[in-house]
Amino acid sequence: MSNVTVRIPTPLRSMTGGADEVTVSGATVKDALDALGAKHEGVLSKVLDAKGGVRSFVNVYLGSRNIKALGGLGAELKDGDVLAIVPAVAGGK
Amino acid sequence: MAAKEKRLAQLRASVPEVSPTEARRLQSEGAALIDVREPDEVAAGSPLGAHRIVRGFLELRVENSVPDLDHPVLVMCAGGVRSLFAAENLSQLGYTKVSSVVGGFNAWKNDKLPVEIPPRLTPDQRERYGRHLLMPEVGEKGQLKLINAKVLFVGAGGLGSPAAYYLAAAGIGTIGIIDDDVVDRSNLQRQILHTDDRVGMSKVKSAEITLKGLNPAVNVVAHETRLDSSNVEEIFNGYDIVVDGSDNFPTRYLVNDACVKLKIPNVHGSIFRFEGQVSVFWPNNPGNPSPCYRCLYPEPPPPEMAPSCAEAGVLGILPGVVGLLEAVETVKIILSLGDTLAGRLLHYDALRARFTELQLDRDPDCAYCSGKGEFPGYIDYAQFCSMAGA
Repeated sequence: MSNVTVRIPTPLRSMTGGADEVTVSGATVKDALDALGAKHEGVLSKVLDAKGGVRSFVNVYLGSRNIKALGGLGAELKDGDVLAIVPAVAGGK
Repeated sequence: MAAKEKRLAQLRASVPEVSPTEARRLQSEGAALIDVREPDEVAAGSPLGAHRIVRGFLELRVENSVPDLDHPVLVMCAGGVRSLFAAENLSQLGYTKVSSVVGGFNAWKNDKLPVEIPPRLTPDQRERYGRHLLMPEVGEKGQLKLINAKVLFVGAGGLGSPAAYYLAAAGIGTIGIIDDDVVDRSNLQRQILHTDDRVGMSKVKSAEITLKGLNPAVNVVAHETRLDSSNVEEIFNGYDIVVDGSDNFPTRYLVNDACVKLKIPNVHGSIFRFEGQVSVFWPNNPGNPSPCYRCLYPEPPPPEMAPSCAEAGVLGILPGVVGLLEAVETVKIILSLGDTLAGRLLHYDALRARFTELQLDRDPDCAYCSGKGEFPGYIDYAQFCSMAGA
């Protein structure tokens, strides 16, 4: 189990009590997201689809790399890692 | 005079000389031809593709044009005398393959070799862009590139305002703006192209007034319409770069898909409350093919997954930061300077005052930019909450 920081994008902060970062423990990205979902209800369904995959308009990064390039949700974590949830954002005006 | 003749004889014995025809052949093989004549001589014509560095600044500026000391260099003046002195100066500087062109530009012309009238900045432009001209990375050549560039802004709103404003100041020659909206007082908290007395005026008209006021030489092309699948190609065609400052997903996907198809770099910025994202989507990036928006997010979120209208809102200054990062990337692309954000996403968290860089990977199976299969066509996604982040 590793302690990692999950960065919460603005649109999802209403579900984390306004927190922009949440610390969780887990051995893999999947574990960490599950732990996030257990702590804050409603977040997980915004990130993962019904089949448990990352939604097509959301990306999850481990450090600076998309987890897709690191083996997906099974990518292993180490202490101090930073996960960032980055959804598509359209605003510009 | 005797001293001059003696010195010339010495130079002729030590500096290799080539005929204009031979110089042209070497130039076509990659040798750098440097025209060292004075600006008023060069203004009447100079060899096609020559570097033009006046002899007085030759040693100071030559490395900007020819960084490799072992690269073949051909020096030319009007008659082949000044170029002997100049060639020797370059050898002393460390250039190892320097020749002088016999008979200079006069002989070049007599031999009917290709000549061009080098484009020049006017005295007015020289004054206006003086701070650019002082930087070798821009210089006259770069400023002329900016003046000849055609940049399209999708949206004259929060992102488009600062980006178009600064790029007009920088001298971008043609600025296209597409927007079908009119100025509303609630826009003025961030959309700095517009003014209080223009509430109710079309945004493209208002933008034109502001941009022309700052730089009357800019050609502002107004596209007062809404972008959709039927007009996107016609509007985008002919532009060198598209700066995406739109405020909704359907438009962003149209911008991406048309840029991919027309091979136009797509400078992307988006904002939400205190957060911003900037990137350059450019699958045809020479030497560094980069992802498109769909490699990153293949489909827009369904309406129920997008931030609700009630959550919309943005710190008025944030689009200034993000729009200007887009403007910087635009200038870098035009001038081929530095490393653009192609293949990277820069994320700005204003509250933490933190920039984070994320690496973007190409999707080898991307339906739009992978080159596998037919172009899937444009999609008019359903509009929803165009206020999101607006």
